[in-house]
Order: sequence, then structure tokens, then C-alpha cells
Amino acid sequence: MGFFLRELRIHGRGGQGSVTAAELIAVAAFQGGVFAQAFPAFGVERRGAPVQAFVRFSDEKIRLRSQVYEPDYIIVQDSTLIADINVFAGMKAGGVAIINTEKTGGYSAPDGVSIITIDATIIALEEIGLPITNTALMGAFAAATGEIEFSALEDALRGRFEGKLADTNIKASQRAYEMIKGGSA
Amino acid sequence: MKEILEGSHAVAEATRLCRPEVIAAYPITPQTHIVEALAQMVADCRLQSEYICVESEFSALSACLGASAAGSRTYSATTSQGLALMFEVCFNVAGMRLPIVMTIANRAMSAPLSIWNDQQDSIALRDSGWIQLYAEDNQEALDLHILAYRVCEDHDILLPAFVCFDGFILTHTYEPVDMPSQEEVDAYLPAFNPYQKLDAKDPISFGMYATPDYYLEFRYENQRAMLRTKEAIRKYGALFGEQFGRDYSGLIEGYKLEDAETAIIAMGSICGTVKDAIDEMRADGKKVGLLKIRCYRPFPDEEIASALSHIKTVAVLDKNVSLGSKGAVALEVKDALYGSSIDVYDYILGLGGRDIRKKDIKAIVDLAEKGSGDMFYGLREELL
Repeated sequence: MGFFLRELRIHGRGGQGSVTAAELIAVAAFQGGVFAQAFPAFGVERRGAPVQAFVRFSDEKIRLRSQVYEPDYIIVQDSTLIADINVFAGMKAGGVAIINTEKTGGYSAPDGVSIITIDATIIALEEIGLPITNTALMGAFAAATGEIEFSALEDALRGRFEGKLADTNIKASQRAYEMIKGGSA
Repeated sequence: MKEILEGSHAVAEATRLCRPEVIAAYPITPQTHIVEALAQMVADCRLQSEYICVESEFSALSACLGASAAGSRTYSATTSQGLALMFEVCFNVAGMRLPIVMTIANRAMSAPLSIWNDQQDSIALRDSGWIQLYAEDNQEALDLHILAYRVCEDHDILLPAFVCFDGFILTHTYEPVDMPSQEEVDAYLPAFNPYQKLDAKDPISFGMYATPDYYLEFRYENQRAMLRTKEAIRKYGALFGEQFGRDYSGLIEGYKLEDAETAIIAMGSICGTVKDAIDEMRADGKKVGLLKIRCYRPFPDEEIASALSHIKTVAVLDKNVSLGSKGAVALEVKDALYGSSIDVYDYILGLGGRDIRKKDIKAIVDLAEKGSGDMFYGLREELL
């Protein structure tokens, strides 16, 4: 095992692009010289059903194949999940929870976990024209954790999407990134 | 070149590098992104291959059978129920000595319906005459395809091979791999040179009638070819190491086994989690090691017996069960160790995608060292 192994768990609903977010965060981390592993929780794939996806980051080859139970970070794409699922389960002290919500607080996280709220739905609607929040939340993740560089994220988005779709997603991602960096979320 | 991509795409790229001349697949559930990616490569002219989109898995392997008999390098991929539908053709391919390579994205068998991972599908075909290789990670999965063609097409072997890698756990995982170049693969894997082939100008038949006077000898020849495969894997696995820097000359692989008192035996992606658990157990002073089975057919019985001669206790992790008996791997490990004083315990686990964590591996080692085993591990008693 290497000097560090950090883990991200993404909570979303089918159709919100949680798996894509995990993959592109891993691609961006890999570009930054980190060994990254991304995989989905193998649930029932249907629109609206709760889904999870995971990313691990390490300085060495990752051999572990189990799901993520004690994350350093979580991303919650849909805050209505919080009523049904303990999204904070197992979070490590010092961890960061990024929640897509119009609210600015009111969530009780475990001790030592900081909560960052961002209205990624509004950003997605304004920049992309669809309530698909994964790319905005990827930008927020980059800003809040420093695990990935924004430029690497931009490259990863350009590698996945084409033309205008890439442009609008990068814009959503950048806006969230700058909001969190600037502390104005 | 190092790149990060999904396991299924890594295997599709490796397959492309092997230049299959005919690919046949049935693109519906259960299937993986592998054949979808290969279809795209053919459409984009990145791969010159005859891609046959058939109407069932039975037809997919039948098309491969015909194409291979006609002298083409052929490929298919399947999983679980799809492999089950190929059952009859699998025996025919092996009996006709056709060196087809097929990816098995290991998944559970229905019923009840499960799309998730275990290794019951390929284990159920263990007696079909196909070589079976199991990958721990996506690098190994892609490498084993290149190795498999080299081994299978050797005229002393001429057998088909499954390259097995765990469904979802590897197929759907993004992780970095070192992708060889076309030049490197071409230098390792020469064009297919069939020993004999269907030719209208020089007609021969494959898979003809064998009366009781002949059938036994055909089966014996298949068995001899399978046993010769051990040496071929050692040879071409070592050659692979020379050319690509990753050595696959061992049918088995040890991890911290030299001074171990307890050995875990496992196949596939679970080996990674086991290695991490072993590092933690070692830090606590427990002398535990792993014996990974990379080649399940032919079964490395002598290799296992030799590697475990100093071991006291063995815990076999079986992601399958031979209902009415035991886990398939444990059965043969017990056979390989017959007459030794080693205690061998079987743990059937992870069926239908049940997640296995480091703490599970540690619990199993504790159970084995206490002499408790031959069980389904992790049962939810409240459901029984």
C-alpha cells in the first residue's frame, strides 16, 4: 500500500451521471500522475433509482476491489437522498461532503467532516439547459479537495463530450469551481 | 503507453492488437462493452475484421467455430447465461482443436436472476476442454488475451481458451493500464498459421464420427494437449515477460508465501483485496500469504503442492459452488494436496456480487486457523 489512499463516494440517482463523474474524476487524477480507480456500485440501473459510484486515489497501484465504506469525500447529487440514505456513513474525520442543494446548511455531518453546499442544479440549468449536475459537482470537488486540477478536469470533459456539449459542461464545471474557490457558494 | 480506461475497453483494445480476422458476438444482455467497442473499431476501420452480429450466443460461437476451421483467428466474448447457451459448441470447439480465444466476463448464473459477479459461469465449463485463465486486474486481463492466442495457436497445443475477468468488478472499472503498441504485439504474436483448415480444393472434415474404437483416443489426445499447455504457458509467459516486462510464466503466483504458515488460495480480482488484507495481517504479526491461481485449466496441481509444502493451513476462496459437493477450486486443491498434513478449508463467498472486504479475508484466516471451514461465508442467517 502506498503513502496515501483516499476514497470518494458519489451518491446520485440513475440518469444524473454519477458513474460518468467517477470516471472523469479518475481520468483527471490519472493525468495528474495519481493512480486512480473508478467503478460503479452495481445496483439496478434505472432512471431515478439511488446509485453510487466510487473513486480511489493513491500514489501506488490500487489492488483493493471492495466498495468504499469509509470515504474521505462524498458527493451528493440529489439532496432528497439524504432523507432515505445515510450518505455520511463511515466518513473519515477531516473529510469533505459536497452536497447539491439550494439550502446553505442544516445538514448534520459526523464530527470533523466539513459540508460544502452548492446549487449545482441552477448552474446546470443555466449553463447546460438540463438539470444534469455531475459536471458542476466535479468542478466543486476539484476546488474543495485539490485531488484534481481544473485543467485536467477540463481535458477529461473534452475527451468525453464533443463540441457545444463539452463547452457548456466545462462552463458549468468552471463556474462551480470558481464559486467554491472564491468561497461564494 | 500508460492510459486510463474501462476494463472492457482495455480488453477490446488488446483484442484489436491481436488482429482477429473474425469476431462473432450477440450484442444483448448479458454482454459487455467489449464487443460494442470492437464493433465500433471495425466501423471506424481501426480494425480490419469480419464482424458477424449473430442472433444468439450459440450462433456466435458456432460462427467462430466455422471461421476458425477455415483458418481464421477468431474471437468472441460472453458471460453467464450467454456462455451457458454456448455449452454444446464449447465442447465441439475443443474437440476439433480450434484455437479460439473468448473473453468471459464472469457473472453469476440464474436463477434467481443475477447480473452480478461470481465465477460460476466459467467454472461450469471446466470439463469442456478449454484452457481457463483468470485475471486479477485489467492489466493482467488485457495481457492474458495476447498470451492466450500465442499459447492456443502453438501446433503442439491447438486448444481454445477462456480469458476470465470478473464482471463489473473489473469490466466496469476505470484504472490505468500499460497498453502495448501494435508493433510490440506483432513482434510477440505471429499471424495465425493453422495446422489444417477447411479448403474446397483439398477437402477435409472436422468433428467427424468417432466410433467406440476411436473416441477414447481422441479424448486422450485432448487431455495430453491440455497437459502440454502447462509447458507452453511457462514458455510463452516467460517470452511475454521478456518483451513486455510483465512475466506470466507461472500458472500460479505467490504473494508473501515463502515464510507463510497460512495460505489463502484465490482466483481473479479478489486477489487484490487479499493482498491488501495480507499486508495488514503481516503488520499484526500473522504469517499469511496468497497463492493466486492464474491458470485453472490445466489445473496446476503439482505447482500448488510444491508451493505449499511448508504451509500448515490453507483457506480456499471459491466464487462458485459445485452444488452437492464443494467449491470447485477447493476440490482440486484437496486433490493436489492429498497425502499431505496440510489442513484445507473451503469458503464459498461473493456469490451473485456480494462484496468482499479486507475484514472478510481476515475473518476467514481466523476461521481457518481455528479449524473451521467448508462453509458458505457471510450468510445472512436472518434470511434462512
